[in-house]
Amino acid sequence: MGMQIGNIAEILEAKVLTPELDTSREVVHAFSSDLMSDVLTGDYHKTVLVTGLSNLQAIRTAEMSDISEVIVARNKEVSKEMIELALENDIVLLSSRYSLYRISGILFREGIKPVY
Amino acid sequence: MVMQFHIEGGDFVSAGKASSSVKRVLKQLNVPPKLIKRVVIALYETEVNVAAHADQGDIEVLIESDKITMVIEDKGPGIRDIDKAMEEGYSTASKTVREMGFGAGMGLPNIRRNSDEMHIESVPGKGTEVRIINTLKS
Repeated sequence: MGMQIGNIAEILEAKVLTPELDTSREVVHAFSSDLMSDVLTGDYHKTVLVTGLSNLQAIRTAEMSDISEVIVARNKEVSKEMIELALENDIVLLSSRYSLYRISGILFREGIKPVY
Repeated sequence: MVMQFHIEGGDFVSAGKASSSVKRVLKQLNVPPKLIKRVVIALYETEVNVAAHADQGDIEVLIESDKITMVIEDKGPGIRDIDKAMEEGYSTASKTVREMGFGAGMGLPNIRRNSDEMHIESVPGKGTEVRIINTLKS
């Protein structure tokens, strides 16, 4: 059982930075990391990436890893280029003021499963 | 089909563009998603390596019906000890590279993991050539 990314945005009080994209997509798993090489080692299915890293490579890493949703923690500044790259790759991008730990805790409590 | 790309050292904005283009083409060619993922992750890590360590690099991707061959040739400092560089956790990356979310000594092991064949040749002070082959298994 998963959750729609739109509902996840609500419970995290997160801004949806790609409102053009469908927010009814289901998320079943989450992976939290600032280390993109670590993200690149995994196999993902309906997985949201939660990260404190706000740069183009976070979006590129999601693209290469077949991850379609990314949450940037702690209100880190998200560049216009990041949003454009996310839109280009059909990646829903959220920004939350909550910390990586808090976001991970909330998602876990809501039944979103870990990858490992 | 051959695709060619050029990467400049230090350019973390463009790193990933080649992998992105290759991914798009492989999707259009209906290559199995698992193979696409192996190919683009291996290529993406090499792009990051060139941006992180080299002065510049050239990529050639040869797509054939039974295999995908990628050759990444860079001009740069080269790798002094390839066995050491292949060890998980060994890294010579700068602070800047680490701040980009890389540089934890996982790149080359990750490339190997996502390749059916991987060959590295390096001349210290000159550059490195990485050849990656992934075959389409029936």
